[in-house]
Amino acid sequence: MLGARLVQIAATLVLLSAAMFLLIGLMPGDPIDLAIAGDPRLTPEDAQRLRALHGLDQPLHRRYLAWAGALASGQFGHSRLFAQPVAAVIWPALASTLVLLGAALALAGGVGLALGLLAAARPRLAPLVDAVAVLGQSAPSFWLGILLIILFAVTLGWLPAGGTPQAGGLGEALRFLVLPVATLAIANLAAYARHAAAALSATLAEPWVTAARARGNAEARLMLRHALPNAAVPILQVAALDAGALVGGALITETLFARPGMGKLIYDAVMGNDTNLALVALLLVALVTMLATLAADLAQRALDPRLRDA
Amino acid sequence: MRLTLGLALLSLLAAGALGAGLAEAWLGHDPFAPDLFTRHAAASAEHPLGTDDLGRDLLLRLLHGARVSLAVGLATALAAATLGTAIGLLAAWRGGATDAALMRLADGMLALPALPVLVVLAAADTGRIGLPRGEAASDILRIVAILTVFGWVGVARLARAAALSVLARDYVRAARALGASESRVLWRHVLPNIAGPVAVATALAVAGAILAESTLSFLGLGIAPPAASWGNMLSNAQDLVFSAPWAAVWPGLMILAAVAGCTLVADGLRQRRRL
Repeated sequence: MLGARLVQIAATLVLLSAAMFLLIGLMPGDPIDLAIAGDPRLTPEDAQRLRALHGLDQPLHRRYLAWAGALASGQFGHSRLFAQPVAAVIWPALASTLVLLGAALALAGGVGLALGLLAAARPRLAPLVDAVAVLGQSAPSFWLGILLIILFAVTLGWLPAGGTPQAGGLGEALRFLVLPVATLAIANLAAYARHAAAALSATLAEPWVTAARARGNAEARLMLRHALPNAAVPILQVAALDAGALVGGALITETLFARPGMGKLIYDAVMGNDTNLALVALLLVALVTMLATLAADLAQRALDPRLRDA
Repeated sequence: MRLTLGLALLSLLAAGALGAGLAEAWLGHDPFAPDLFTRHAAASAEHPLGTDDLGRDLLLRLLHGARVSLAVGLATALAAATLGTAIGLLAAWRGGATDAALMRLADGMLALPALPVLVVLAAADTGRIGLPRGEAASDILRIVAILTVFGWVGVARLARAAALSVLARDYVRAARALGASESRVLWRHVLPNIAGPVAVATALAVAGAILAESTLSFLGLGIAPPAASWGNMLSNAQDLVFSAPWAAVWPGLMILAAVAGCTLVADGLRQRRRL
């Protein structure tokens, strides 16, 4: 199962990179055209020589194979936009995004699970939790972020509206993290709450829960010892399915709060016509997302022996 | 209950979108003409919701934005539903390698973070292939095409699952035994019976498309100004949080209402059909 999944991940990356490269390459015009536009002294002979030098006179599929081959051997190339090697730009950005994602996932998972437990334990509150979840799922995350900025940064002045700390230690860094993490967590918490509530109420309706109740177990113990471990699998399933949405949300959150990370990097690279950087960053983000999904699937199998043979 | 609430929300928004011209005539402003003497005006009888940074009436721009956002949502969902149903039906009907290949493709698309891919796709310079950027009509076409690339997956998975169960029913076997052609079986027997799940998936696709369009427009990659969409009205609202916070509130509320409306309709349909 693990081998098949790794093959599928590799195949998805190859297809994605090919589709993106060809799509961008199919558009007429290349970097040399830009150079000609920027320097009128370039002669057609110069352009020809430059194209041959950069391999731009080759057919598209050759160029893709050359590019993908270099990528596969660890040569990420140079970023024109940042005037640095791509590797030097991309790893700090990935670390920053992983911090944001980890904190948001922990917050959204914790609060979502708590809301799910509340809805399952107090069925009268369930419609309320459900309504909050529908609203949370429907609100665009960038708008939530703007509302949080208006409330906490502009009106109350408690937290910075975005950017990164110029100086200061961990405390200052955490202050800059609060609003982005809250935005990303609120946007994703709704799905967790809804599915946790559904999974928990389904588990509570099982006959063995009734049997445990008849043996005189307290409700709290029923919920935490019996229902929660059994509801963990469907909750993990949602987490796995939502990994892409979470990463997409990180992109928009980083752009909104001007946090340097993979999302902002891809956006800046796209806006600055730095195709190579955009493609490399996109593939890396896709790889991280698919590995996260795989990890959630493996965790499900570890928790539920019934899934192992499937 | 959910269905009614959702339909009520959506009809309210649709009425607003259709009534944009009427409201324009009544208030007597041009929502696309800047008026620098009334920048950031507060709500008043003349401008019921105030004005934006170029002095354009916010209410009228919201109503015009409703046209664009709802049109993108509906067109994307229709395209995604058509493509998704066709792919789901094909996978369920052909089975074997076709099914495996199509569903692995769907799995792969689902596993990808859609937004970064959409950003890269949306930035591709379509002006060079004859679709000029910045014109409302071609912008809408471009966004619908890009969103359909991901939109079909959800529909296809649901359509395939439903078609598989219908294809195993006795009446399909009976129809085949009576000599019905495969196209007749699919068209007359399978398609009508998978309409329920497809409708649910389509309603969810509308919600997803409206959210995605607003996100792309917010990033400046979607519908370009001066045309109004809820997303691009928020893209400069980010700079307005100090001077005109209300300009940042209304477009988001509209997106929230539209997406919640579609989600409620999908939930309601699902409950009604016990899917």
